[in-house]
Amino acid sequence: MQALRKHIHPGWLIIAPLLVLVMALYLGPILNILWLSVTDPEPGFGNYAKLGENDVLVRIIWTTVRICLITTLFSVTLGYSIAYAMVHCYQRQKNYMLTLLLVSFWISILVRTFSWLMLLGRRGLVNVALEDIGLIAEPIAFMRNELGVLIGMIHYMIPYAVLPLLVSMEALDKRVMEASRNLGASGAQTFWRIYLPLTMPGLVAATLLVFILSLGFYVTPAVLGGGKVLMVAEYISVQLLVTLQWGTAAMLAALMLFGVLAMLWIMSRFMKLSTVFGGSAR
Amino acid sequence: MRPGLFSVFNRIGAWVLLLFLVTPALIAIPVSLTPKRFLSMPSGEYSLRHFEKLFTSPEWLSSFFQSAVIAVSTSALATILGTLCAIGLWRVSSRYSELVRAFLLLPLIIPQIISAMAFYRLWIPLGLLDSYAGLILAHTILAAPMVLITVSASLATFDPKLEQASKNLGASNATTLRRVILPSIKPGVFAGALFAFILSWDEIVVTLFISKFSVYTLPRRMWNGIRENTDPTVAAAAVVLIAITLIAFVVFAILSRRNAKTRAS
Repeated sequence: MQALRKHIHPGWLIIAPLLVLVMALYLGPILNILWLSVTDPEPGFGNYAKLGENDVLVRIIWTTVRICLITTLFSVTLGYSIAYAMVHCYQRQKNYMLTLLLVSFWISILVRTFSWLMLLGRRGLVNVALEDIGLIAEPIAFMRNELGVLIGMIHYMIPYAVLPLLVSMEALDKRVMEASRNLGASGAQTFWRIYLPLTMPGLVAATLLVFILSLGFYVTPAVLGGGKVLMVAEYISVQLLVTLQWGTAAMLAALMLFGVLAMLWIMSRFMKLSTVFGGSAR
Repeated sequence: MRPGLFSVFNRIGAWVLLLFLVTPALIAIPVSLTPKRFLSMPSGEYSLRHFEKLFTSPEWLSSFFQSAVIAVSTSALATILGTLCAIGLWRVSSRYSELVRAFLLLPLIIPQIISAMAFYRLWIPLGLLDSYAGLILAHTILAAPMVLITVSASLATFDPKLEQASKNLGASNATTLRRVILPSIKPGVFAGALFAFILSWDEIVVTLFISKFSVYTLPRRMWNGIRENTDPTVAAAAVVLIAITLIAFVVFAILSRRNAKTRAS
């Protein structure tokens, strides 16, 4: 016991309960799914070979990647603008902005999706309002297409983009920008050549974070896509709950998992991952 | 330095965007007040009948109750496990412990659909499908990393010398934990508990997979309502959820303000 104590820090004793729980009930079945992707229905890479044969699968993956890329592009650009404004205004105004941001962050995804359903439908508030002021004669199809999915997803992802950007902008030394202006650079030059490169780690973190979170998004595409926009997450759920094909679903999950882990690895090259999650690992 | 034209435009744009983030959710309020039996905007007349239905229908009430039980249990379990684990990692603080920390944060970042699949896969042989225990365990695993993050953040500002002092004065490990460490990281623990509660209260993707009939949480019932897209009771439920979110937010703001004050003094 004494010898054991010398090598193993007693702190591990209180780490163990959570660690064991996560290993047994989370890591275990995830490894099992990876295993299934090469063994169900028969051993081999048959599930992965489907990617070459099955046009539907390829189309679903392409739809997912495309929607995630567009979502990421818009969320991060708009998020950058919000974070920039927040860092460059008075404390009081900043607090109000932060409150709005966090409230939107906290409102249930279901509530928000429901609201978009009410707003964007054929007889939704947006179409009715646009018709009333005579801008359009026919209702615009905001829903049951990619546009609706994009609106809902960008709306959900913007706060996730703002938070890492905010952290990275607040850590900047303002004197660098002043030095640049004093040396005769214009405001635009200072922004493009000094400010933007210095906030690059935050930008990379925000981009990857939003992209990762978008990849597995289920609720918004399922509701606002109205069955017309099939993304990987919804396809997996159909495979599992309706057609009971674990193999294909496991293959898609494995691809998604490896994609996410690869992006996390890239992210860890740019910054300490723990800071992205708002914690500090000392 | 005077803000340039660009800055001013950007600030206006940022305000518009922030309002765009919050206001769409408010549409649930008028829709919930419609006197009609189907989802519609009220025109002139208002009625509270859908709230009445929400608070008298046994289905909705049982969903509220089930969600509350599951969220409270999840929050308690995740807070205990997460706090202990955070303290342990903080005490060990080695290369391995940082690896373990990174590993334990994975449930937060791995797409929910994959987590749902994993729990579904394991819950079938364990017989945990469609049970309180199954949902609480699954939610706890998803929520514990949140607690880990908030408690670790609190620990980062805790002075390790205090722990040393306590031990030098003859306190045991357990006493030090209870009387010295825990009181100083209380804000982080409470924040973690609140986050864990909200995560479970709101969780839908995993819940869709591992619950069916006997456990029917609030998000699950809302999901059904949204998919059927006819009954305005969903709008009333959405309004109640927004109200709860705002209350939780105010509680959190007060807590963190108090925290900032104690830290400053």
